Amino acid sequence: MAEKEIMLGNAAIARGAWEAGVKVSAAYPGTPSTEISENLVKYPDVYAEWSPNEKVAAEVAIGASMAGVRAMCSMKHVGLNVASDPLYSVSYIGVNGGLLFCVADDPGLYSSQNEQDTRLIGRSAHIPVLEPSDSQEAHDYTKLAFELSEKYDTPVILRTTTRIGHSQGTVELCDRCVPEDKPYERDIMKNVMMPGMAKGRHVYVEEREKRMSEDAASMEINRIEIGDTSIGFITSGVAYQYVKEVFPEASVLKLGLVYPLSEKLIKDFASQVDRLIIFEELEPFIETYVRSWGIACEGKELFTLQGEYSSNMLREKLKGEDIQYKGAEVPNRPPILCPGCPHRSTYYVLKKLGIHAAGDIGCYTLGAVAPLGVVDTTVCMGASISMLHGMEKAKGKDYIKKWVAVIGDSTFMHTGINSLEDLAYNRSTATVMILDNSTTGMTGHQDHAATGKTLDGTEVPAISIYKVCKAMNIENVVEVDAFDTKELERVIKEETARDELSVIIVCAPCALLKGQKFPYKVRPLPEKCKKCGMCLKPGCPAVKKKADGTIEIDDTLCNGCGLCVQLCNFGALERYEV
Amino acid sequence: MTRNVMIVGVGGQGTLLTSRILGGLMADAGYDVKISEVHGMAQRGGSVVTFVRYGEKVAEPIVEEGQADVLIAFERLEAMRYAHFLRKDGVLIVNDERIDPMPVVTGAAEYPEGILEELDKSYTVYSIDAMDEAKKLGNQRVFNLVVLGMAASHMDFTKEQWTKIIEKTVPPKTVDINIKAFEVGYTG
Repeated sequence: MAEKEIMLGNAAIARGAWEAGVKVSAAYPGTPSTEISENLVKYPDVYAEWSPNEKVAAEVAIGASMAGVRAMCSMKHVGLNVASDPLYSVSYIGVNGGLLFCVADDPGLYSSQNEQDTRLIGRSAHIPVLEPSDSQEAHDYTKLAFELSEKYDTPVILRTTTRIGHSQGTVELCDRCVPEDKPYERDIMKNVMMPGMAKGRHVYVEEREKRMSEDAASMEINRIEIGDTSIGFITSGVAYQYVKEVFPEASVLKLGLVYPLSEKLIKDFASQVDRLIIFEELEPFIETYVRSWGIACEGKELFTLQGEYSSNMLREKLKGEDIQYKGAEVPNRPPILCPGCPHRSTYYVLKKLGIHAAGDIGCYTLGAVAPLGVVDTTVCMGASISMLHGMEKAKGKDYIKKWVAVIGDSTFMHTGINSLEDLAYNRSTATVMILDNSTTGMTGHQDHAATGKTLDGTEVPAISIYKVCKAMNIENVVEVDAFDTKELERVIKEETARDELSVIIVCAPCALLKGQKFPYKVRPLPEKCKKCGMCLKPGCPAVKKKADGTIEIDDTLCNGCGLCVQLCNFGALERYEV
Repeated sequence: MTRNVMIVGVGGQGTLLTSRILGGLMADAGYDVKISEVHGMAQRGGSVVTFVRYGEKVAEPIVEEGQADVLIAFERLEAMRYAHFLRKDGVLIVNDERIDPMPVVTGAAEYPEGILEELDKSYTVYSIDAMDEAKKLGNQRVFNLVVLGMAASHMDFTKEQWTKIIEKTVPPKTVDINIKAFEVGYTG
């Protein structure tokens, strides 16, 4: 019997890639894709790295493929936007060793800024898209992706969603089987995308797509399960599981290859069922094709364009069941900055000074909401810095004296660095705050070029953010301890007042980083407490108001950062060594 | 038949360890298992949910409203938020602890009083002050095993099956204290 293991979908992808003989993997962390690289790096004979961003990661994988080995990159859906420049052109070039883009969509926005549907990018880049519906398929389709990539001379996208990447299920394990490295041969007609060559390759891309859509009719992963023919579903991914849960007897066309689609297969299936339902999360992608072929079906008139699907949705819409289970009205519990988080003091000071922040992507985006309420904007990785520049050019240098850009160290290294280059070049007077907590926090603590460690834990010389800023000829670059609120306030006042570009690097490691020592905790001295509530303002979950108005400190949560102690004007909070 | 377990709590409370133990237990017992969990932003002190489903063949990875056989809540307010996911004959295990969400901290909302009494009217509720029990054992961090122990006493697996999987899952140095914590919850 084959060995079985319960695996996270993302771990199953890593396992599948390893079994398929992948030799090079590159990625930038992004929920819900991060664990692919974190698992892959544990296998022998694979090179796996964190790259500064998804574009770079994709190019590393393209280079490895061109050199003749199986290679992959992985990213979240919005990461593919960053990587789309190489993506669209490598579609023309094709591959030497199999080339896989693992892209994780996030319907329901568990940890993302939008709900974009990667299938549409596959279509516009003319790249086939596979979509698994559980961990076993995540494993199997990853292996298949490399075979299809080499067979059709195309990069392949493996599209997952949060429910696939972050669900665990049983996976049958196989041995690793490494195909022989392919020789590299110079071929500028294929590998150099100048207009003369790209014209020819565009013709090839269209032919390839036509061939794949014809072959899709007989691919095993596109499976017709004929049962009760009064109702038939075309579905893929986790949505397939909901159909099986509620309609185990119904007929189903389960698509594993969601782009390109086989008109023949779909017409064949449609002709066998009385009522055809398209059940797909997010965009009406399959539905649009089905309708364009003149096939009657139902889809988005029944099911939402937003969020995740569920089996109760099918019960309600198709079985007419009244899903009566309504939850109690209780206060929300939005995510918050952790106790001891170094971002909290930065936001406290900015709020005190009445300064707006152009924000970025990371834990520190939480500075937008109460009680901190400092971050005004969040668009995409790196945007804080360049947007503030746009504001200055729109309204003048005095207008942005009440503004700063805030960006984390990992996001700065990702694309913030390009934005800062623009400010240095185009005579900005903005103040940029790099909140350096020595990690990629929100995704679960991954290293990057400025932390001094690689994905496999090897220590390497860290790139100095300070020196990078200085190398851009920025005169005013200041490093401040995140927990020294007085100094932080002084520096922010000084730098925002200046008619020159400034960078303030606010330093203190993330409170959740492993290996840290927290030598202090805080205790209240109730007899000194004036019940003024100053210590409650930064919204630390460890600081609580008691019924009598005095303060209690939850010492299971307190990391002894001392922010509350600094804010108390009456000495009613005291830091002590533990 | 597929059985459904839900674990709810506050990001950072260690719900992922509990679901790993549950998943391992069910797989060792020969069931098909699917677990769905939350990573990323919600793990930063937000409301978090983990679904564990087991049976001969499991299709969907999530548990939906009205379907949970066992709901394990690591915090009172979260018990109230998700109680409607229980089946009528389901069991609700609650860690009797209060963690104020930010709207309560800022005064924008009030933490409901009498949650356990309210839940008791509609559901079969078992509660324990797991943090207090864990403190007595000298390690607050094992409170989640106390909660799991209480849940285990209402599920169809033997105590030996539980202890075996706990030994396999938790870090070797912490096996003894985790088993002790489990026992405290198990015997109630």
